[in-house]
Amino acid sequence: MALHRCAVVGVGQTNHTACRGDVSIAGLVREAVDRALLDANMTLADIDAIVIGKAPDMLEGVMMPELWLTDSLAASGKPLFRVHTAGSVGGSTAIVAAQHVMSGLHKRVLTIAFEKQSDGNAMWALSVPLPFSMPVHAGAGGYFSPIVRSYIRRSGAPSHIGAMVAVKDRTNALKNPYAHLHEDHWTLEKAMESPMLWDPIRFVETCPSSDGAIALVLASEDVADKMPGKKAWVHSTAMRSEPTMFAGRNQVSPRAGEMCAEDVFRKAGITDPLKQIDAVEMYVPFSWFEPMWLENLGFAPKDQGWRFVEDGVTEMTGALPVNASGGVLSSNPIGASGMLRFGEAALQVMGKAGEHQIDGARTALGHAYGGGSQFFAMWVVGSEKN
Amino acid sequence: MADDILRIRTPIGIDYTWSSGPGSVVYMRGLENGKLIGRRCPDCELVYFPPRNGICPRCGVLLAAEVEVGPRGTITTFCVVNVPFLGQTIKIPYVAATILLDGADIGMQHLIQECEAADVRMGMRVEPVWKDKSEWTPSLENILYYKPTGEPDADFDVYARHL
Amino acid sequence: MRDVAIVAYIEGQNTSATTLSPVEMIVPVVHEVLKRANVQRSDIDFWCHGSCDYMTGQPFSFVSAVDALGAWPPIMESHVEMDGAWALYEAWVKIQTGEANTALVFGNGKSSAGDMNRALTLQLDPYVVAPLWPGFRSLEAMGARAAIDAGTVTERQMADVVSRSLRDAADNPNVLAYGYRDADELLDEPMTANPLRAHDCPAMADGVAAIIITTADRALEMCDRPAWIRGIDHRIDFQNLGLRDLSRSNSAALASFHAGVTKDKVDVAELHATYSHHEIILAQSMGIDRSTTRMMPSGGALVANPLMAAGLARFGQAARQIFKGNADRAVAHAAQGACLQQNIVAVLEGN
Repeated sequence: MALHRCAVVGVGQTNHTACRGDVSIAGLVREAVDRALLDANMTLADIDAIVIGKAPDMLEGVMMPELWLTDSLAASGKPLFRVHTAGSVGGSTAIVAAQHVMSGLHKRVLTIAFEKQSDGNAMWALSVPLPFSMPVHAGAGGYFSPIVRSYIRRSGAPSHIGAMVAVKDRTNALKNPYAHLHEDHWTLEKAMESPMLWDPIRFVETCPSSDGAIALVLASEDVADKMPGKKAWVHSTAMRSEPTMFAGRNQVSPRAGEMCAEDVFRKAGITDPLKQIDAVEMYVPFSWFEPMWLENLGFAPKDQGWRFVEDGVTEMTGALPVNASGGVLSSNPIGASGMLRFGEAALQVMGKAGEHQIDGARTALGHAYGGGSQFFAMWVVGSEKN
Repeated sequence: MADDILRIRTPIGIDYTWSSGPGSVVYMRGLENGKLIGRRCPDCELVYFPPRNGICPRCGVLLAAEVEVGPRGTITTFCVVNVPFLGQTIKIPYVAATILLDGADIGMQHLIQECEAADVRMGMRVEPVWKDKSEWTPSLENILYYKPTGEPDADFDVYARHL
Repeated sequence: MRDVAIVAYIEGQNTSATTLSPVEMIVPVVHEVLKRANVQRSDIDFWCHGSCDYMTGQPFSFVSAVDALGAWPPIMESHVEMDGAWALYEAWVKIQTGEANTALVFGNGKSSAGDMNRALTLQLDPYVVAPLWPGFRSLEAMGARAAIDAGTVTERQMADVVSRSLRDAADNPNVLAYGYRDADELLDEPMTANPLRAHDCPAMADGVAAIIITTADRALEMCDRPAWIRGIDHRIDFQNLGLRDLSRSNSAALASFHAGVTKDKVDVAELHATYSHHEIILAQSMGIDRSTTRMMPSGGALVANPLMAAGLARFGQAARQIFKGNADRAVAHAAQGACLQQNIVAVLEGN
């Protein structure tokens, strides 16, 4: 356990949508920040330090945009720190921010993650062609689809599992006013008819591209104790990385993910995650990753994750609700997506998730991953002090 | 009215010089001569093709001995692509596959053609179809695509640890 | 706070345009710094590095750097889109939480891959300033002009800084600016971006810098005379040049205050002054007396400036002065952003 306790005392997010043409990047960020500060009953003047994360700068065409955002965050004279760990960045950023408190360095830390993909050209930004190489991938779906195929082959999962996850997450998103996709027409039959974009991945099984931001206010124990509102205590954090590819690498269930989960549960004193975790916010940009991560995180035995999905275990009413918020499948502002998972996990244990609240959630896991399934960031939050 | 301006277009252009690094020279010279040359890690002794950055990412050491691999290989896994993609000139649907070349210990990405997408299988044996020799450059693009060899499929156990 | 020390420092060969891939640049430096501290990869609890996608022109360019680490079994690792000096800060914070004891941090950059004068302009307000492509050097020239007009810096002082840096460069095999010239000669040179002359601007480099930090119980095993981090702090200023007094650096002053720079005499300072006038502004803002403190014995960033590594290199060079016993108390500093917008300062002590 770290030397000092840390609690999430404020959560704020924007409405996520394909194009927030009504605000600038700074305006989008402030929308989330102002909501988080309001939730924590603080102002920017109360904040000791700021930790910002986002995915590649090329998505908006601004190099190290936190330098410019200093002005709109009134951060002059403060420590402002920038994290970038690919898709896991939202999670890593929250962890780095939490460590600013857990180390005893600061008492009130604001952490922010954002992406405004509509301000740039994401397709261009993510696929700068390298000379002398053969471009075959066709986007993130093209990269992850062969891995999904490997999972299906190994586990013997039936073809409708991906569609089931998609219908669940899209349906959950109807209860989340901030979600990008609010589509109330999905049934399993319709989802199965959704076109195969990157076979075996169907269109409905992919995430959207969103503009969006999230901010969290983190506080030290003495500050949090004086606050009347509900808070989410950070019980543990963990990060692990491994190379993108090497001979013999298990891409379906990367060792770094398993180790990260073992570490985050051990530090939180969790010995039976399936029983002790009440809600999971899992980074699932393609629906098949839900059963894959269920196994990787140790909730399901190897090759059995898909059975959890089929049996409804991960539904909001199931034993292990996964992505009650609708998850990445319903909103994907890339750099913010990881912190959204961490923030939604916090909202669950604070009892402030609104319509998508899991009754009685006391302990929740926030999970993020990035790169070629190689960077992992997780935290366990609880309604009580650890 | 200036008040109405919500978005402006400000194109960005920066030119970059890219170097493959000396660790990839042998591989690229090989391609220029129609050969597939990987390199072996001196620590774990596994063969990388391509020799990504000249490094064994698992051991964090420079790759050493040159090893000719392929030209045939086995499809370990694949994706049937049905989305048009920036700069994509291939007709959809097409198959992008991970191919474990004979003698290599890590799969590489390439296209599968001369066969219906629906007929592509994990374990299928494939071989390269090269561009005309006069068009060769130090690039993997010298290989137009891979096509089925007609050999029996490889057993799952042969490539299971490469997924 | 736990006592933490810099115990090893290695910098890769600075070059004007390397043909090595970023990973090939990093591998030998990581191996060397581990060897210098006499530790194995498995002794490192936490890895962190600083780099920037716009330097390579590739999104997620830092990802391939993980290949250089031999990250198997998987490692506890993080990355900052900042100079490597902030990677050191993240590692120091991590050690303070008690979740790590020993960390390897590095910064890497290939300044030659793109036009950095142009690329760095993309740091500016994307709606109203960056589209004008002012060029980074021009912004720094504006800063120099503001300082000269305010009377805090003179052209003669700037020339003296360059002259001294060139003299020190002669003793450092890892530089890209050569040949001592006195201030009079330098002042005869033409302006490139008035009031800056070519020699007032940094010698851009491709390079890598790596440092190992550890806690008190292991520091003496890894280093005969560790450089103890007695204070470290970083601060930022508004970016908008119109909101700042460019003749000084508020954020450097604040970081210096919180790091405790002026609590005692400073023997050596390694400041990340990429333009000659920066040194004068920084010293004034940070409370460092340039007449009694040995400034940049390495020659500083003026004679070798590998972007994203150069700030961490200042920490390494300051630590070296402690390792060698040349100093008992040294100040290390890194900056990024236009006109010294963001600054990190550490006080290193030998005892």
